[in-house]
Amino acid sequence: MTGDVAVAGAGMHPWGKWGRSFVEYGTKAARAALADAGLDWTAIQSVVGANTVRCGYPGQVAGATFARALGWQGARVTSVYAACASGARAIDTARAQILSGMVDTVLVVGADAAPKGFFAPSGGDRPDDPDWLRFRVLGATNPAYFALWARRRMAVYGDTPEDFAAVKVKNAAAGAANRHARYRSPVTAEQVAASPVVADPLRLLDICATSDGAAALVLSSVDFARRHGVADPVRIRAVSSVSPRHPRTALDLPDIATDSAAGPGPVPDAFRPSIARAAYEEAGIGPEDLSLAEVYDLSTALELEWYEDLGLCAAGEGAGLLREGATALGGRVPVNPSGGLASFGEAVPAQAIAQVCELVQQLRGRAGDRQVAGARVGITANQGLFGHGSSVIAVR
Amino acid sequence: MASARTPVVAGWFTSGDGDFRLLGTRCRGCGAVYFPREDTYCRAPGCASEELAEVALSRRGRVWSYTDGRYRPPAPYPSDPAAEWEPYTLIAVELAAERMVVLGQGAPGVTVADLAVGMEVEVVPGVLDGGAEEGGASWATWNWRPVPGQARS
Repeated sequence: MTGDVAVAGAGMHPWGKWGRSFVEYGTKAARAALADAGLDWTAIQSVVGANTVRCGYPGQVAGATFARALGWQGARVTSVYAACASGARAIDTARAQILSGMVDTVLVVGADAAPKGFFAPSGGDRPDDPDWLRFRVLGATNPAYFALWARRRMAVYGDTPEDFAAVKVKNAAAGAANRHARYRSPVTAEQVAASPVVADPLRLLDICATSDGAAALVLSSVDFARRHGVADPVRIRAVSSVSPRHPRTALDLPDIATDSAAGPGPVPDAFRPSIARAAYEEAGIGPEDLSLAEVYDLSTALELEWYEDLGLCAAGEGAGLLREGATALGGRVPVNPSGGLASFGEAVPAQAIAQVCELVQQLRGRAGDRQVAGARVGITANQGLFGHGSSVIAVR
Repeated sequence: MASARTPVVAGWFTSGDGDFRLLGTRCRGCGAVYFPREDTYCRAPGCASEELAEVALSRRGRVWSYTDGRYRPPAPYPSDPAAEWEPYTLIAVELAAERMVVLGQGAPGVTVADLAVGMEVEVVPGVLDGGAEEGGASWATWNWRPVPGQARS
């Protein structure tokens, strides 16, 4: 076991399309987290920012950008990037600083201002960049990959478009009770079925939007939390930041092909299940210990895949778990009680931090109408482009 | 004629009118196969080889999955924004000998209704049309096409 760090405070800026700067969103989320922790900004010894590649130079030095906006006070600054896993990498970096004894208090911030429509690669003529090539040669958008995985599930496991729609219905119901969510209206299966097909078999309401939003955490050593009168804080017990093993035989964006498994030697386990497994091993728990999970539902079908990758059920049984109601609020192990990406839309560097903010509220018993009764252990899972696994386990 | 066009990426498939094939590389050290090609080093973690030889990939494979694009992808996809958008299929194909999955667009006229997971497909020359923004140019590429004579099961 690595050792725990305490969550002293959590804060968010509501998700939406606000048309303002990511710096404003992040700074407001940071102030909310500091207020939640009851700490003055000057008590923060380190700032770790999750970068955004779409917001120019300030977005690529996010730690410094937020430290400047909050008022330079001399704290160490670090900026990290790991695509959709950037927020979890920021948490991982903060945790390492605390566990090494380098600092007692770290502010973690992620914020984004997203463009409308499909995410596109960086500009220019860059034939050595796989992300550029998949758009150039194939026009393969992110939803195209989500659709390939969804169709594969239909063919291999017998999942149906109605199963996928049921994920949206479940997450929209939870998100309607979350004041930070962008979409706060219940959605019916009929509404999903009536939305236009984007990439067969997925429809608009199967695919997460791109949003503006921000999330922040104040992390501290457990001793610091105790000295400040918090005897029983939410603790982060594990952060998985594993990468794939060669050969990667699961087709993944932005790749045009998988690795070949025809070389000598055994084919390793698939990447996605290895992400949660590393977190479970570090925390010394298993999927049977979970009270709830927050997973990266970039598409409705992908949420079902995560059920299996987290070990909530065997491969191919994700839709069955959904149908029996196990993953809905009130079920055996609610998944995405926040409303998930279905209700938020993705604000890339903020999203993995927002997942942890939801665990914190749930484990504190302050999630209101979304509360998972008696929540003690929560896990988050996501995966960033280019081989960035991320999973965080929090306990109380 | 596809063979007269500039390839969208150099060295990824054969030119000329003969046997059309995707081109990858094979490590002389460990035998690992790469597409898109690796020419400078092998990416297998236990292999230090920097010698890779060009290899033609299997002409035929089976559909691993498929989808289509109902909306125009963003740049740098070559497409004329003034022209009406024509959806195309995207097919992921499992090559048995190479034990890998390779993406490609479906040949013109192939729709998702023509496809099924497990169906046999073959690689054929294809064309990517640029728009007015790219001077009306077009590029050679590869497409996957169902092998004739199969019923969609």
